[in-house]
Amino acid sequence: MNQVNPELIAAIVTEIVKQLESTGSVRLPGSSSPDFAVPAPAKEWEDITSPECKAIPLIENPEDPEALQRMMKRTTARIGVGRAGSRLKTQTMLALRADHAQARDAVFADVNPKVLEEAGLFTVQTMCEDKNTYVTRPDLGRQLSPEAVQTLREKCVTNPDVQIYAADGLSSTAIEANLNKILPVITESLTRMGLKVGTPFYLRFGRVGSQEHVAETLGAKVVCTLIGERPGLATAESMSAYISYNAYVGMPESKRTVVSNIHKNGTAAVEAGAYVAEVIAKILEQKASGVDLVK
Amino acid sequence: MPDILSVGIDIGTSTTQLVFSRITMENTTGYFTVPRISIVDKEVIYKSTVHITPLVTPVLIDGEAIRDIVAEEFRLAGFTPADVDTGAVIITGESARKENASAVLDKLSGFAGEFVVSTAGPDLESIIAGKGSGAFQYSLDNGCRAVNLDIGGGTTNIVLFDNGDTVSKGCLDIGGRLIRLKSDLTVERVSPAAQAVADHVGVTLTPGQRTTLDDLTRITDKMADLLAQAMFLKPQEPLLWKIQTPESSWLELDNRRIDRICFSGGVADCITRNSLDPVPYGDIGILLGRSIAKGLLMASIPSIQGVETIRATVVGAGTYTTSISGSTITYANELFPMKSVPALKLDLPEQARCFAGDHGFLADKIRWFLEQSSSDLLILALPGEGDPSYPQLKALARCLAKGMDAGLPAGAPVLVVLEQDIAKALGILLEEELQGRRKVACIDGIKVEQGDYIDLGRPVMGGLVIPVVVKTLLFG
Repeated sequence: MNQVNPELIAAIVTEIVKQLESTGSVRLPGSSSPDFAVPAPAKEWEDITSPECKAIPLIENPEDPEALQRMMKRTTARIGVGRAGSRLKTQTMLALRADHAQARDAVFADVNPKVLEEAGLFTVQTMCEDKNTYVTRPDLGRQLSPEAVQTLREKCVTNPDVQIYAADGLSSTAIEANLNKILPVITESLTRMGLKVGTPFYLRFGRVGSQEHVAETLGAKVVCTLIGERPGLATAESMSAYISYNAYVGMPESKRTVVSNIHKNGTAAVEAGAYVAEVIAKILEQKASGVDLVK
Repeated sequence: MPDILSVGIDIGTSTTQLVFSRITMENTTGYFTVPRISIVDKEVIYKSTVHITPLVTPVLIDGEAIRDIVAEEFRLAGFTPADVDTGAVIITGESARKENASAVLDKLSGFAGEFVVSTAGPDLESIIAGKGSGAFQYSLDNGCRAVNLDIGGGTTNIVLFDNGDTVSKGCLDIGGRLIRLKSDLTVERVSPAAQAVADHVGVTLTPGQRTTLDDLTRITDKMADLLAQAMFLKPQEPLLWKIQTPESSWLELDNRRIDRICFSGGVADCITRNSLDPVPYGDIGILLGRSIAKGLLMASIPSIQGVETIRATVVGAGTYTTSISGSTITYANELFPMKSVPALKLDLPEQARCFAGDHGFLADKIRWFLEQSSSDLLILALPGEGDPSYPQLKALARCLAKGMDAGLPAGAPVLVVLEQDIAKALGILLEEELQGRRKVACIDGIKVEQGDYIDLGRPVMGGLVIPVVVKTLLFG
């Protein structure tokens, strides 16, 4: 068989794609009618997971269509979806599975490196080797790897008033959606208050309980972990800020302050950032966090 | 639970009333999120008796006498002006057009607490009365369209609620006291609106001369008929436009059904209750009530009994005028309280120009607005952005700071109100941009329309929120 010229193939493919894009069909040299044609789409494909699509009731002939719309506006629960016999309609079923897939993706995906680059964060890792270990071994998701400890000691300011870091937790999507909106707000607000803010970083495969290890490693008075929350079927973008004063390994959970529900349909990231900075200032002032903090 | 005391004072064409209500607030989110303070309960804790509005002449309110009434009611209720956190004085109906309205408010200002606002304007009164009567709550609870007609001495304030949203409002010069009579039916005074209706039905009313019940009934029947026209139950006549209250909106109804009708105001009691004496109050209130009871309105739309009738406006004023800001806001402490700050509203395209950094346009707009409203102060109202990026927010803050700094007179604070919950983040950036040159208050959770005026109260709930009153019209 003759050797095929890869450059020629590339040129042919480029030409075909160009023709398809411009006219929707491909005409071979010497042929008068199109040899290949892309069937014109009957209509734009709808994203059945979009809020607009979900807002349309699937119940046929509702008694009071306006009341139904009002009820549906008040909840993200899948109401007003009708039924096919005793089962969900195909669209509902597909939307449910698509949402579930998004939730799984949020857990198992890695945070886009571009997002971390934009935030100016370097990455360290917990004792977990991969996502499977992370999901099955919560204990390892709290401990820093020996390399991580070393890197932090090398790269980070020690004994800061506040150490902020991001962790994927159970939703990398949440970090991607919110990190660059919230981090500069917190950092700049705290700096303006005259506080010593530590060097921020990203902890891969990190759980909330990693903050005790981080606090001990860097000698931070307050540690603030920005972490992706376990996704539900309503949103995969929800982030929380867990904040502790004088955290130590073995510390009770009640000593943590949390600001949750940070996403575009909850509290906007920039606004949450301004609030988190204020809470951190309060924590430093009272030298207490969690249930000990008087809000 | 933390609460604030609100006073409502309604000085109407014929009656003057006062209520005290307790407005309870609570953080309605859990411990684990950004706080969200909401008004969770409103309770009327004291209702005054219904006083006849004291008048010096038929057109002049007796401010001294009003002040005495208010002072006495404070004493009876067991409160002092210092106890009052917020509230509203409303001069309704024909009285609002009387020249001395603002003088009356001055007389009251010292008495009715530090943060009591003076509100007026027929449209706002319509909404307030509809809320006080219970029509608002009914429409919300039942997910239906309910109209409220507050028929007082001088005007009928009309509002339509759809599932708790105000759809339309308006006001007509139809009321129980438009014609004053002696008990022997000698005419004492006829308002211009009543005169127009009388002319239309061919009845001559001459002050000092006696008239007949038949003639009066022809007039009130026509008034009831005009109300039905206003509700689009029959074709509208030019006469209807003549009796539209000045400065009120024209009631616009789409073709959809109205589920319920609710009556409030003094005449509401005359619709349901029959009196043997046709003119017990020396006016046409009872006759108008009778005309409405047998008219097209009652026959066409199922009616509901309001929770308040004659007190609807005052209860609405005392309990529904105050709202609260969002719970994450920025403000310089010593700014509040502030009263009657005119709002300059930017629409979405204008806001987009601010995001794009066009501060020159903003400064010009501010200067123009201040000149138009002859004010040296304004609050900039923006829709805001739901989930802005940090650079976007910074760009907006820089533009607002530059534009407002250039446009506002020296020493005026930078006041911003947003609909979206981003005021804390934006406010901090504004403060940074202005470097202490001007005081900053940036609040959210409040919807403001062009031409509104805003009162900002002292912070409550440990400084988390501030009480806000959005008013539509002040006395000129």
